Amino acid sequence: MKKSATPLIAIVALLFAVAPYEISQAPIESTMGLVQKIFYFHVPSWMAMYTAIAVCGVASAILLFRNQKTADAYAVAGAEVAVLFGLMGLVSGPLWGRKAWGVWWVWEPRLTSALLMELIFIACLIVRKYGGPGSEKLAAATGLFGAATSPFVYKSVDIWRTQHPKTSVVPELLKGSMPGSGLPFALSAFAFVLLAILLMNLRVILARRQATLDDLYLEYDG
Amino acid sequence: MRKTLAAAAFAILVAGSASARQPPAAQSEFVPAQPGAATEQLPAAPLLIAAYAFVWIATTGYVWTIARRLNKVEDDLRALEHKARPPR
Repeated sequence: MKKSATPLIAIVALLFAVAPYEISQAPIESTMGLVQKIFYFHVPSWMAMYTAIAVCGVASAILLFRNQKTADAYAVAGAEVAVLFGLMGLVSGPLWGRKAWGVWWVWEPRLTSALLMELIFIACLIVRKYGGPGSEKLAAATGLFGAATSPFVYKSVDIWRTQHPKTSVVPELLKGSMPGSGLPFALSAFAFVLLAILLMNLRVILARRQATLDDLYLEYDG
Repeated sequence: MRKTLAAAAFAILVAGSASARQPPAAQSEFVPAQPGAATEQLPAAPLLIAAYAFVWIATTGYVWTIARRLNKVEDDLRALEHKARPPR
């Protein structure tokens, strides 16, 4: 790993050390109680996923339309990290829902569309790994499709009638609807997004070394 | 006539069950609890801890898989370079 990543690692470690304390000091919500504190890492995990989706989408578009092979590493890294943080959201959400709604899962628009989006990125990784020669373009098309669906998943709670809290919850929180909860949320969100960037960096390094190995194999066989 | 009545009754039943299954309205903002108000019926701490633990386990597991894959690629690179080097 490059030495330039060291400050990023230090910042992420510091944020993850401070955030749990700040979350513990945040006020308890009136209707949901203590379990609402899952919000402080449930929403940031989706924010980190959206960051990774943006990277995957842009890199996939560059690979597809400009045919730049270097973008493949970023597309794969974005898709993989998106799956990781999506999984965190899909696990922490039902744990919250069990207490807040009394059920683990409801087939309502937000939850269903989020699950489908996660499956699209899993499909993208499967295509990239097992698709054989030329799979990078097929995976990029899948990644781009996944990125195109993401705004609909985000806005689903505002468009359809759902049990899931609306997107206005976060802006209202930052405006001070629940005094003392803005800072823990901001810290946690920043920590998760930086962690996603760090993990994508790590994954890009792996993809580049893998590409070097593949080139060497071709050279050696030729 | 009987068929029309049966169809109408069926439509009313379906519409009634669909409206009965409508979820409650979504929250648009969070409101802090009043001091001393009873907020918990089910223990929330295990759910909160499980969610937080999962975040850490998933992150650690992912970093471990990257490290393992990177080590394998580096080993393969070294082996290939060794194989490609002409014998002295």
